[in-house]
Amino acid sequence: MKRAYRLEGLCCANCAAKMEHAISKLDGVSAVNISFMTTRMTLETEDGRMDEVISGAERIIKKIEPDVVLKRI
Amino acid sequence: MKKRIIRIAAAVIIFAAAFFIPRDAGILRLVFFLAAYVTAGYDVLYKAVRNILNGQVFDENFLMTIATAGAFIVGEYPEGAAVMIFYQVGEIFQDHAVARSRRSISSLMELRPEYVNVKTGEGIKKLDPYDVSPGDLMVIMPGERVPLDGVVTEGSGFIDTSALTGESVPRAVSEGSELLGGCVNTDGVLTARVTREYSRSTVAKILELVEEAVEKKAHHERFITRFSRIYTPAVVAGAAVLAVVPPLFIPGHPFSEWIYRALLFLVVSCPCALVISVPLGFFCGIGGASRLGVLVKGGNFLEELARADTFVFDKTGTLTRGEFKVRKVCPATLSESEILRLAAHGECFSNHPAAVSVRAAYAGDTDESLVSDVREISGQGVCANVAGTRVLLGNMSLMEANNINAARADEAGTVVYVAADGQYAGYILLSDEIKPDSADAIAALRREGAKRIAMLTGDVRRQAEKTAAAIGIDEVYSELLPGDKVSLMEKLEESASGRVVYVGDGINDAPVLARADVGVAMGGLGSDAAIEAADIVIMDDRPSLVGAAVRIARRTMGIVKANIVFALIIKAAVLILGALGLANMWEAVFADVGVAVIAIINSMRALKLGTVNLSYRQR
Repeated sequence: MKRAYRLEGLCCANCAAKMEHAISKLDGVSAVNISFMTTRMTLETEDGRMDEVISGAERIIKKIEPDVVLKRI
Repeated sequence: MKKRIIRIAAAVIIFAAAFFIPRDAGILRLVFFLAAYVTAGYDVLYKAVRNILNGQVFDENFLMTIATAGAFIVGEYPEGAAVMIFYQVGEIFQDHAVARSRRSISSLMELRPEYVNVKTGEGIKKLDPYDVSPGDLMVIMPGERVPLDGVVTEGSGFIDTSALTGESVPRAVSEGSELLGGCVNTDGVLTARVTREYSRSTVAKILELVEEAVEKKAHHERFITRFSRIYTPAVVAGAAVLAVVPPLFIPGHPFSEWIYRALLFLVVSCPCALVISVPLGFFCGIGGASRLGVLVKGGNFLEELARADTFVFDKTGTLTRGEFKVRKVCPATLSESEILRLAAHGECFSNHPAAVSVRAAYAGDTDESLVSDVREISGQGVCANVAGTRVLLGNMSLMEANNINAARADEAGTVVYVAADGQYAGYILLSDEIKPDSADAIAALRREGAKRIAMLTGDVRRQAEKTAAAIGIDEVYSELLPGDKVSLMEKLEESASGRVVYVGDGINDAPVLARADVGVAMGGLGSDAAIEAADIVIMDDRPSLVGAAVRIARRTMGIVKANIVFALIIKAAVLILGALGLANMWEAVFADVGVAVIAIINSMRALKLGTVNLSYRQR
């Protein structure tokens, strides 16, 4: 299952790299990519685990850059 | 942004005022410098505290706070305040550069339609592109972008396809012409029937491709990500050692001196210059190429293409147009124009490629009412009655079957023999046409240092060699089956020292495109198969864009490597000078934000690469 999100307000390239690294370590994630330039995150998870992964990813993002708003595209 | 600039300006004024306070004023002097410091950097301080509470230690804000607070503690008030101000000025520049590059990138995305004018029973309605289905009629006003793919049903005019193909010459369209979304209607009102829903349209596919290209990371990007994970902790550890060890073991060295040196390390410890500029360089390179109508599916392919030295081309549809054209008419008894007139009429009901080209070569209009008794003889040709003349058009066996004595033409290409009323009249030679820029394309690749250029084709040897000679390719493999092409590619890859690029038309070459180090599909506009199989898609049919793509790839790699080397050297130099006590905070801040800004501006140059390659354009 694959979804794309926009990370609005993403303003630190190193933070984006940290988020990507932390999210890739979450259980159920098969692939994740965060592009600082396009502020786009694509997330691929094992079947049926999207909701669980998304809430985990959101926690990580809030922890690293609390001002970022996650929007599905 | 504006508020931030005013704030920093205020901080600068307070900072300047602080210098008029005499050195022995003690606490008042500290208050002024602290005021300037807090005005400039309260958000940094706030974020640092917040992020520590969140468990994020090696964060840019935190490191900056430690470095500047440390400067205050060791008594360097002006330096502490100045570094914060300078850092914030650098951040403003950096944010501006990032915002600018994001805007340039999104301008590539402007192809996305906002609305569609749909013709309905109650007049024209503006609809969301997602709500339009195939079969609907859309109206495109002059100056508007074509929102969806379609076929013109009414009106005619010129459309500008440059956003899709990089081709600047407008294309004429009229009833029945295919329209691709993303092109701009320059004049005349066009009505078109929508052929594909938005999610399957050419525009949606291109946008998806460009956005997804970011996901395929180049080796250099991966290296930078890995490097930055080690770099920051290592520099911070270095700072800790520097602050504590020398003052303890070397007599006469005060802590304050070494703590100051350690603080420099903290300022330089952010890898931002690299983390932003390297992916940005690749992204801008891909963006620059897309302006020429070359879609690159990932930074890794730019990297591979830059290292390519062997180029293998498919012939039909790639170096040649893949369509028949009348090369010459050889009269025996009748005149050239008479032969063409009879042939064009005789073939006027046929859709065979040869028939279409014969009609195209005939100067006049065909009058279908003059033609009767048309009979297609499978595997031989056509016989028809054209205004009372019994015309035979076809191959030698058709002539022989009708006892017509025709001289066998020994030519490369397809020969159509023409007979009128039982008499041999002459023959028409048809062959595929070499694209006007094919020879340029090969010459350009040789200039780029290609070691080996080969042509593969399923065509007969004679035809293949003739084409290759005309274009300037000396290595030809002909009469190949699709399977042979794959095994031949494997052999070429084994013997090549650099990367091997295969350029094909993407329709029947999918296995070879997939096998090659870099697969380039030609004429991908509207063809799903090509976009799927290839790593790089050339949107229109110009093979000369292969050379342009190689050039863009090499320049992009040059920019990326220059950024990596530049950032690392400056950072290393400041670290070494700092440890020896030869650098101050100013240099450290420059090594952090200054280098980042320069690297970003340098990366942005890659976006312009698509516009400087005009010499490769079709003449």
